[in-house]
Amino acid sequence: MNPSPLTTRRPGPTTLSADPWQTHAGSIVAIRNETPGVRSYDLSIVDAAVRERYAFAPGQFNMLYLPGIGEAAISISSDPATPQLLTHTVRAVGNVTDALARLVVGDRIFLRGPYGKPWPLGDLAGGDLIFVAGGLGLASQRAAILDVARHRDRFRRVTILHGAKTPSGLLYPSEYAAWREAGIDVECTVDAPDSAWTGAVGFVTDLLAKLPLDPVKKGVLCCGPDPMMAGVAKGAAKRGLGPEAVWMSLERNMSCAVGQCGLCQFGPYFVCLDGPVFRYDRIEKLLSVRCL
Amino acid sequence: MPTPVRQIGDRVILAPEALQRLIEVLALEYRVIGPTVADGAVVLRDLASADDLPTGWIDEQEGGHYRLHRDESAGPFDHVVGPHSLKNFLFPPREPIARFERVAGVWEECAPAAPERPLAVIGMRGCDLAALAIQDRVFLRGDSGEGEAIDPAYQRRRNGLFLVAVDCRRAAATCFCHSTGSGPAACSASAGRQADLALVDLGPGPTDRVAPGGGPRRYECRIGSARGAAVIDAIAADLPLWPSPPEDVAAAERVPVDLERAMWAREGSGGGPGRSLDMENIRDLLYSNLEHPRWLEVADRCLSCTNCTLVCPTCFCASVTEVADLSGDAVTRERHWASCFSLDHARMHGTSVRHTTASRYRQWLTHKLGGWIDQFGTSGCTGCGRCITWCPVGIDLTAEVAAIRETPAPSTGGVP
Repeated sequence: MNPSPLTTRRPGPTTLSADPWQTHAGSIVAIRNETPGVRSYDLSIVDAAVRERYAFAPGQFNMLYLPGIGEAAISISSDPATPQLLTHTVRAVGNVTDALARLVVGDRIFLRGPYGKPWPLGDLAGGDLIFVAGGLGLASQRAAILDVARHRDRFRRVTILHGAKTPSGLLYPSEYAAWREAGIDVECTVDAPDSAWTGAVGFVTDLLAKLPLDPVKKGVLCCGPDPMMAGVAKGAAKRGLGPEAVWMSLERNMSCAVGQCGLCQFGPYFVCLDGPVFRYDRIEKLLSVRCL
Repeated sequence: MPTPVRQIGDRVILAPEALQRLIEVLALEYRVIGPTVADGAVVLRDLASADDLPTGWIDEQEGGHYRLHRDESAGPFDHVVGPHSLKNFLFPPREPIARFERVAGVWEECAPAAPERPLAVIGMRGCDLAALAIQDRVFLRGDSGEGEAIDPAYQRRRNGLFLVAVDCRRAAATCFCHSTGSGPAACSASAGRQADLALVDLGPGPTDRVAPGGGPRRYECRIGSARGAAVIDAIAADLPLWPSPPEDVAAAERVPVDLERAMWAREGSGGGPGRSLDMENIRDLLYSNLEHPRWLEVADRCLSCTNCTLVCPTCFCASVTEVADLSGDAVTRERHWASCFSLDHARMHGTSVRHTTASRYRQWLTHKLGGWIDQFGTSGCTGCGRCITWCPVGIDLTAEVAAIRETPAPSTGGVP
């Protein structure tokens, strides 16, 4: 069964297994090249009963496991209305993600999840949504974007501000037309344009500074490197959007994903349980402390 | 099964030879663990007989200092806690959490390994039982809808665990359980510290013991569970046992009371003969002092060696290693203790979030005494003093907290 659309309640993994370490075999159904070094993997859980029970909310992540290699926490990037097919968009940067990059369609991969607090789409219904994504950060928002597109009438103005270093670093470019078709504004900017680039040049915060804002309830949902998100929060504040209107998805070292291994701690929080999506007012002070 | 003769709450006197019978009776059903002398310290290991107990040894502990001395008047439980704790057995340093096999080119997850023999642990103190209650909160949280989990291996060992508690008659200079509410009384109904059997040694003891022992060695034993009653019944089949006389009950109950009073009385300020930790508002104190200069100062002494986290009876951080056999077709996922003092702990994208010793010590102390309260509704410190004793440079968390308390940063509203 699918979770109710725009849920703020999060589906948990315990409906799948009592053992937090137990994985489920998945099969790679499709692989797509996205930006340089980044691929998307569509996975289907092999066990039909587990596949049918599996549900997630946008912003949650799975632990992907390759035997003998290890596990990595990866956001779920596909439409929550069709959880039978789970997309993970991954940059090959480490042990596990490099090994993932060597897999082909039909290969087996193990997963457990979903974990973490989702984007609070249900709470934000009725207002404006501003997605702000730096590079691969858009991967943690794609599920939310697809969910919002499906329930577009529940929101007022919806905007995606997406920035990348270069034009080839913009994620999911082939989908922007469909998102615009659904009534979502998509604005992109790059730091280092090439000769073909005719769009904005600069940081996503520049787009935010220029964005026309209606005086209605708003949610800024951002994902990217920590300094970029801090910059977005600062920029939002300048536009009158306080820390309680800004949500960000943090990344930390994760191993167990159930608040028992301690590796992802951030101040008093377990990023796996209390996040990865945090409202900015809960973490503002902590983000300003070096090496926390 | 015969009808139990004794009931929960009954109290009996055990003669010294009953300890041997206790180990034998427990060994029928359990793997029996208890204190013994090895490598110059009292550690927890498998006990074959009561002769393995550290009778005649007492310890001397200070910051960065641990020595055992012979003392012929010392009973088997007159030592204070050594480097090991229940954590070593319920949450072992290494354990497999999953196994995978590749058959005909296809990986499959294997069924979990068969459960081990249940554990009986003898000689646990107030701080040990307090640590157990804290680890229970970490590993047995269940799912409240917020994504927490139960660790199945911990739960299995915990459910099977048979505990024999013993009250301390002396405290090491590093002990401060009286100030953290975790001792010295081993059992405390109000604090939720329970044991199947709770012993108090009423015999003679070393000269620095607080509670006087009189007459021949004997143990006043309180039965705390039906399993405990069955074990006492089994001992009584071979040895004469008699109900505790009122004067022995009174003497037994005085032991932790007298020790606690003595611990409060001996207290010096930071590094004196006794230590204490002022727990008042400690979470907010630490979180509003994340940029305190003391973190840099302690980092000049701290070796980032991880000893404090390994001997801590509540530290629970762990990471997982893939262990493959030579064929590469069988993989065991092995969980092992991790430490926030290692660079790997907060590793992300090939670098560490906490790349300075100051940031790692701050992580440990603010988590232990602050973040833990947010996460589990309790501080992570039991006042056992192990982190002080086993720190190679003698860093004392009670002194570090006192230093911050003395010169707190002007409030920046930095409390998350």
